[in-house]
Amino acid sequence: MVEEESLRVVRCGGSELNFRRAVFSADSKYVFCVSGDFIKVYSTATEECVHILQGHRNLVTGIQLNPKNHLQLYSCSFDGMIKLWDYTDGILIKTFIVGCKLHALFTLDCAEDSVFVTINKEKPDVFQLVSVKLPKSSSQEVEAKELSFVLDYINQSPKCIAFGNEGEYVAAVRDFYLSVYFFKKKTTSRFTLSSSRNKKHAKNNFTCVACHPKEDCIATGHRDGKIRLWRNFDDEKKYTYTCLHWHHDLVMDLAFSVTGSSLLSGGRESVLVEWREAAEKNKEFLPRLGATIEHISVSPAGDLFCTSHSDNKMIIIHRNLEASAVIQGLVKDRNIFTGLMIDPRTKALVLNGKPGHLQFYSLQSDKQLYNLDIIQQEYISDYGLIQIELTKAAFGCYGNWLATVEQRQEKETELELQMKLWTYNKKTQGFVLNTKVNMPHEDHITALCFCNAEKSENPTLVTTSKDGHFKVWILTDDSDIYKKAVGWTCDFVGSYHKYQATNCCFSEDGSLLAVSFEEIVTIWDSETWELKCTFCQRAGKIRHLCFGRLTCSKYLLGATENGILCCWNLLSCALEWSAKLNVRVMEPDPNSENIAAISQSSMGSDLFVFRPSEPRPLYIQKNISREEVQWGVFVPRDVPESFTSEAYQWLNRSQFYFLTKSQSLLTFSMQSPEEKLTPTSKQLLAEETLPTTPFYFILGKHRQQQQDDKLNEALENELVQLPLTENIPAISELLHTPAHVLPSASFLCSMFVNSLLLSKETKSAEEIPDDVSMEEEKESVDSDEENNFTEEVQDTNNTDLGKDIIHQLSKSEEKELRKFRKVDYSWITAP
Amino acid sequence: MAGYKPVAIQAYPVLGEKITQDTLYWNNYKTPVQIKEFGAVSKVDFSLQPPYNYAVTASSRIHIYGRYSQEPIKTFSRFKDTAYCATFRQDGKLLVAGSEDGGIQLFDISGRAPLRQFEGHTKAVHTVDFTADKYHVVSGADDYTVKLWDIPNSKEILTFKEHSDYVRCGCASKLNPDLFVTGSYDHTVKMFDARTNQSVISVEHGQPVESVLLFPSGGLLVSAGGRYIKVWDMLKGGQLLVSLKNHHKTVTCLCLSSSGQRLLSGSLDRKVKVYSTSSYKVVHSFDYAASILSLALAHEDETIVVGMTNGILSVKHRKSEAKKDSLPRRRRPAYRTFIKGKNYMKQQDDILINRPSKKHLELYDRDLKNFRISKALDRVLEPSCAIKTPEITVSIIKELNRRGVLANALAGRDEKEISRVLNFLIRNLSQPRFAPVLINAAEIIIDIYLPVIGQSPVVDKKFLLLQGLVEKEIDYQRELLETLGMMDMLFATMTSKESPSLLQHNASDGFLENKKIES
Repeated sequence: MVEEESLRVVRCGGSELNFRRAVFSADSKYVFCVSGDFIKVYSTATEECVHILQGHRNLVTGIQLNPKNHLQLYSCSFDGMIKLWDYTDGILIKTFIVGCKLHALFTLDCAEDSVFVTINKEKPDVFQLVSVKLPKSSSQEVEAKELSFVLDYINQSPKCIAFGNEGEYVAAVRDFYLSVYFFKKKTTSRFTLSSSRNKKHAKNNFTCVACHPKEDCIATGHRDGKIRLWRNFDDEKKYTYTCLHWHHDLVMDLAFSVTGSSLLSGGRESVLVEWREAAEKNKEFLPRLGATIEHISVSPAGDLFCTSHSDNKMIIIHRNLEASAVIQGLVKDRNIFTGLMIDPRTKALVLNGKPGHLQFYSLQSDKQLYNLDIIQQEYISDYGLIQIELTKAAFGCYGNWLATVEQRQEKETELELQMKLWTYNKKTQGFVLNTKVNMPHEDHITALCFCNAEKSENPTLVTTSKDGHFKVWILTDDSDIYKKAVGWTCDFVGSYHKYQATNCCFSEDGSLLAVSFEEIVTIWDSETWELKCTFCQRAGKIRHLCFGRLTCSKYLLGATENGILCCWNLLSCALEWSAKLNVRVMEPDPNSENIAAISQSSMGSDLFVFRPSEPRPLYIQKNISREEVQWGVFVPRDVPESFTSEAYQWLNRSQFYFLTKSQSLLTFSMQSPEEKLTPTSKQLLAEETLPTTPFYFILGKHRQQQQDDKLNEALENELVQLPLTENIPAISELLHTPAHVLPSASFLCSMFVNSLLLSKETKSAEEIPDDVSMEEEKESVDSDEENNFTEEVQDTNNTDLGKDIIHQLSKSEEKELRKFRKVDYSWITAP
Repeated sequence: MAGYKPVAIQAYPVLGEKITQDTLYWNNYKTPVQIKEFGAVSKVDFSLQPPYNYAVTASSRIHIYGRYSQEPIKTFSRFKDTAYCATFRQDGKLLVAGSEDGGIQLFDISGRAPLRQFEGHTKAVHTVDFTADKYHVVSGADDYTVKLWDIPNSKEILTFKEHSDYVRCGCASKLNPDLFVTGSYDHTVKMFDARTNQSVISVEHGQPVESVLLFPSGGLLVSAGGRYIKVWDMLKGGQLLVSLKNHHKTVTCLCLSSSGQRLLSGSLDRKVKVYSTSSYKVVHSFDYAASILSLALAHEDETIVVGMTNGILSVKHRKSEAKKDSLPRRRRPAYRTFIKGKNYMKQQDDILINRPSKKHLELYDRDLKNFRISKALDRVLEPSCAIKTPEITVSIIKELNRRGVLANALAGRDEKEISRVLNFLIRNLSQPRFAPVLINAAEIIIDIYLPVIGQSPVVDKKFLLLQGLVEKEIDYQRELLETLGMMDMLFATMTSKESPSLLQHNASDGFLENKKIES
């Protein structure tokens, strides 16, 4: 049972995956990336998050594989700790406490027991590269205070530091300087770009650096899009460089392939460029990766690349430049215009995603479900271009319809406006464009809403615009003898004294429409589109408008820009109450009468939950966020919670999510952070089974005979042997007796081996339990068909056991036959 | 990763008639051949056998025309008075016709003199038809009677005296030799069975019936009279299925298309309408010069023949299927490249990998994909594209503007190229749907080419033309605004109830125009 402590604000929706370069495991099966305070381990084959390594108390700033043990991973964080992890099991092995803020982490094969970190000293903008000696100790937490200085005045970003040629030198770039420190000679050479000396606004600052793994060659990326390859840099006079130029905007990251034969570069063009043999004309492209390439990394095996993108995404790319997997988090790098919405079908959070797309994000599994391309135009990622923005979206009719508005405004008078209406296609399980309306209004659309009343047979949409009109759109039959079709047409245009229409809202039963015109709220009958009444409080323009629900459906709430929250009674057409509250976000809960309002003050944002029927709030939480809250939404819970405390009852049936100005998605929780953040879904381990050669088959069969092997090997060893060892007294005696009182190993050996042999009596005794375990395993391995079967077994278990065994034999035979089919005979033909 | 997304071409609503499969089909006829007959053409009938001749009844003559002949290939003129309803037998060898004097004459197509004459009607015989067994003739006359005649011995077999007014139309079933239908001016349509001596079904049309038609299956009956066409379900005992009122004068003739999917009706309002027989909606309509009396379709709808009251016979032939392999064919890959791997059978463990289908891109899209912006603009400014589909040109200009490269694409053009751009602007600048995009383009062109003005007389002339156009447009808008102002004043003085809605309408117009002037 959940302990009812105070309500806490917790971050959700993951953190950015593109903060640092991703790191591959040695066998390229996994890819690691930092994500806020955690490190995430993804399978490269299935895109599944296998583990989340948690333990750091601040932002993780660097991860590297342990060069001495490829199954371990070093990480460093702002909390001043370096941690060593076993990533296959997700276990923290060791913690080294350094003490100061660590900005980046590097490891070297040749440097024994030491790693390199970037720290900043004194001034905020001056960073040093130091090596940290990691003391050998058996304890969990070790102080590592032995720092030795390597390079000074370097850039904070790890992209600007690279170790080259098996650790002979380290190169660092900053502004117009390239500094190279040679470990053997212990000297530093510094190179300055010749063109930068005189010009003040030179655009060729260094942005990133990469070192050739085998040769003395340094590649540097520059702001003007050039890549320079430096050679002979051990001599400060005779050094040479060559230029590669394809990027027209700054080079974001560089990486050499493992053999050094090709160089990868990427930038804002979102094109991955592969330069072969370091030659200008020998290049390959992987275009249209969707967003700016922030980082590039290469797997140690050399078969995979990984690019991190500014839209919080990682793409696993095969050696032949074919994207093989996409790991996508919540896209966060753009302004959210559409606000937060809930797709009624998938219960996914819907908001602006990639440019021109709506993203559907599953809050339960913390995973992006899909992107819906709304604008459907080629995205040109030039700096300073005015893009078409997806500004409004709304779901209607239980998710059957989606309305979107996109706009592009170049000059004051040139506004391009388009409204699209999408219908959900059950066959393709996606949204299909139904109607496109060009210039639905003369000016910006300020709000749109569907009539979501249960009884309404004809879908209705209302749009309000700054041109002073609101338009009612209805679905009409557009079919003729050739095809059946429906389309949306404008049914009614309303206005009120040429004021700008700012908000609209349908009442719960769909009988009334409220449209706010600046300071005035107008109520319209949705049957006849007659103006019923108006409310005006002269308290500034209406910012939010919503009807009460359920028992409070006779109330209409309006929040104004001057910080007044008004509640009108629709029956008496009078002001019921008003409160002084600078409401930024006002969201009604779809499952109850509650309304959440977030107010903004100089101190921070406060949350108020109230019912329209009484002005006294049910719940107040001060200071939910330091920054401005932009959007909020209630998400219905799948399983209602049962908070008994009165103050938290508003969270029983819905969860409240809100988005701050810096694009962090927050929610309320009472559980402890560990509990909250462990994914509930079963984590699937990507197990690549061995190819089924005859050798494997013979061995596998042998084992099967012994232990009824059905599961994969790893599980089998754990599950089947453990109960066996526990059963045998000789082994338990061997294991549980302290070592110093045991007789010599040679004496024990024969006894131990004998105990492992199955005696005749035990065999006959174990036969029936064996069958049962087989059944259970079958159930877990096979599909529903098998499930039905086991149910049957349970029914008839006592009456007819013999029949079942016969049945099972035929099944196992079938399985054996199937295995024969899978046998890989390719080894015979191989030379 | 997602592929290149082609430029969205703005679709504008097409004014006028909607283009459907039917309009394409029924418009695919050549210009009509007009043949002058001696009097009103009361009946046209096609032979069902090749070479699909047709018999035209007009005044006291029956002309037989070949399919493509302008002159009659045969004439039957041995009528003392007006002839009616010359109809071919199913095998195309015999022709029967009624006449004003009450006689019915049966002709052999190859002969000249009548083969048989059936005497017995006392008044004009307006309708005759062969029954399905080919050996009997059904006739209906103004003496209110319907008679069934035996061809071999030219005798009257049966007489039905159930109608109470002129019998003007009739039709024998194509399946059952004993069934036939007649329509009369007594507003009824009756179905007779030769085995029972009396009508089996009688339906009330409501107007004097001018034409009846049985569907090939015999299950549906169509009757036309007055402005109505009614469809009856005979299998349900004559239940009314649909009543169509699409003509505004009397419907005189009916006809089915060869597929049976479309019903055609001709009327005195000079129109032929085509209905779908599944939904009974009008899918197409033809206009003719005079009131239509008769209508017939040839085998496979190859020819539409319409006879009119002014004696003109209009013959429309279907356009022959265009053969477009006159173009030099590109060399195709060898045959073996297509059959390579085709006969490979999928084995048990094979995994089938389909090659992703290559997306077809328009030429301008291919240029834009490769950032050849000037090339793309050149391509859509070619006369074939710029004149026929200006919306594509405008969409590309808009796309270039969105990419921020419109100025680059427009710059660096020689005299010929720039005059092509200016021609396009002159042609389309004043169109309201293109104006916002093109005004922006025109501004950019003026900015770019202002320094070199005066160097080429051709381009200078174009610029002057453009200037004139813009001035004219501004004047026009000003006039419109003035008119609007006057109207506003008029409306302001009125206090009637309907004025607010009108006012609102005009106000929105005025807003539009204001915007235009600003731009």
